[in-house]
Amino acid sequence: MIEINSGFLPLTDAAILIIAKEMGFAEEHGIALNLLRETSWANIRDRLAVGQFEVAHCLAPMPIASNLGLTPFATPLIAPMALGMGGNAVTVSYDIYEKMCAFGYDGQFDAAIAGGFFHKVVMDIQQNGGRKLNLGVVHPFSAHNFELRYWLSSMGISPDHDVQIKIIPPVLMADALNAGQIDGFCVGEPWNSLAISKSFGKVITTKTAIWASSPEKVLAVQSDWADKNQDALQALLVALVKAAKWCSSKQNFEKLAQILSAEIYLNMPAELVLGALSGSLSSSVSIDTDHNLPFLEFYNNAATFPWQSHALWLYSQMVRWGHLEHSAKSAEIARSSFRPDIYRSALKSTDAIIPSGNSKVEGALKTRTAVGAASNTLYLGPDGFFDDNVFDPDQIDRYINGQTSV
Amino acid sequence: MPSVVIVDENAARASIIEAGLIAAGHEHVTIINDMTGIVAKIAAIAPDVVVIDLQNPNRDMLEDALQLSRAVKRPVAMFVDKSDNEMMQSAIDAGVSAYVIDGLRQDRVKAILDMAVSRFNAFSKLERELEEAKTALENRNVIDQAKRLIMTSRAVSEDEAYKLLRKTAMNQNRKIVEVAESLVLSANLLDGGQS
Repeated sequence: MIEINSGFLPLTDAAILIIAKEMGFAEEHGIALNLLRETSWANIRDRLAVGQFEVAHCLAPMPIASNLGLTPFATPLIAPMALGMGGNAVTVSYDIYEKMCAFGYDGQFDAAIAGGFFHKVVMDIQQNGGRKLNLGVVHPFSAHNFELRYWLSSMGISPDHDVQIKIIPPVLMADALNAGQIDGFCVGEPWNSLAISKSFGKVITTKTAIWASSPEKVLAVQSDWADKNQDALQALLVALVKAAKWCSSKQNFEKLAQILSAEIYLNMPAELVLGALSGSLSSSVSIDTDHNLPFLEFYNNAATFPWQSHALWLYSQMVRWGHLEHSAKSAEIARSSFRPDIYRSALKSTDAIIPSGNSKVEGALKTRTAVGAASNTLYLGPDGFFDDNVFDPDQIDRYINGQTSV
Repeated sequence: MPSVVIVDENAARASIIEAGLIAAGHEHVTIINDMTGIVAKIAAIAPDVVVIDLQNPNRDMLEDALQLSRAVKRPVAMFVDKSDNEMMQSAIDAGVSAYVIDGLRQDRVKAILDMAVSRFNAFSKLERELEEAKTALENRNVIDQAKRLIMTSRAVSEDEAYKLLRKTAMNQNRKIVEVAESLVLSANLLDGGQS
């Protein structure tokens, strides 16, 4: 048995790690997986840096930011696997929701429609001399921050001038909304469901609606440890992908919710977690019927594959919002933070369906499409941005030049 | 001497660190227990060092605020020297972390963090001891209760009741407190939970 210590934050998308341990997938592959709950992403980063964690449940942009030296206590990290796609939502206070409805919003999660009505409310408040709206995200280097900014900006709302984006820990998000410290937030589950169940706010759109088939958390691995323990890492990846398959099966949702709800994991009622998994978000509106994508996908459509095009898009957003200047060298650091090569060599002798490329054009697939894979048939997509803007990783210079940051 | 802000929702622990720093000659030490408006509070104090409890979920927010301040005004906030891995390990084990204004002499920073680490550890030890004392007291209560039950039902002295408990425990290879617990529990059950 090889002992591997992994940190996690209490979120539904820590499911793959938790299931790998609880359902015995890790043990089956010779790994004694210790899961340690943390209270902040900064703690996870620090404990990876000093070697107390070999791997961790991590925000997708964090390894990139760390490798680019953008975070305190930066340490070389790699992401050889994604921990699913989707799973976030944008929730606003009842007050804002009602204002949107007054303009004719009918509760659709379509990002362009919801965004249009949100824009009307922001402009209306501005014209009437009201205060700037505050929106919460959990971390500057989170997919939440970048997708929220992307959505706002595409709708003509400047994320830095028309609203203010604040960093709030996920556990305090619902209370901050209730207390009026923020007017809305973009966060992972079950924190949207919690806010809705307490009647503090309503969901207006989702991550999947903003950028379909997009990454949220990754498995971050200490780079040094990965180099010295290649076999252990490969065994862990095989176990985690098996766990991901288990998590994605609807018939396991009830059991999954029950396991996640335990005090040592999410410490929340199982029915709340179940709602968060199925994306019912405590409302009768089913999510994202246009795309026909689940709210949170753990396994299908290559949900665990660490696409380098995802890493590069996240990098392009770091440049966009002023975290660093674009250079070919930085882009390369970002790209190589995600390691599909390790994923591929770990999974090659399993029945997992592995994409044959490392990158794809984000927004090329408008519908679910059968594509080339190393074996069997792989279905990918839809994978577009709601505003139909395409991200071609081979044209990153042009993409970055074409971005505005207002 | 650099000015220090201690961010800790545990008021008792924060005071212990404060006392240590003041005893070491630090005059400007401020405790923040209440996290509301913490960014504005810190900005107003403009400290050289921020010591924070690692269990505090606001750490990401605080870190972001400290980094943002780099753009707007003088202080450059950074994490304590990462080359000193051992110091980091002990700080993380103790459950404390620090942010330091760039340019502050490392030995001064180290002295502050060392102080915080040792006080955090002392506080955890104190908490542990308190917990143990509480358990010991509870155990003694249970044993006293069991002795009284035996004294009443068997009409024996306290000393004999205790010997009986001890003998049963030895025979069953259990702790005295465990035997006492089961006795009290069964008596409660038989009494319908009255005693």
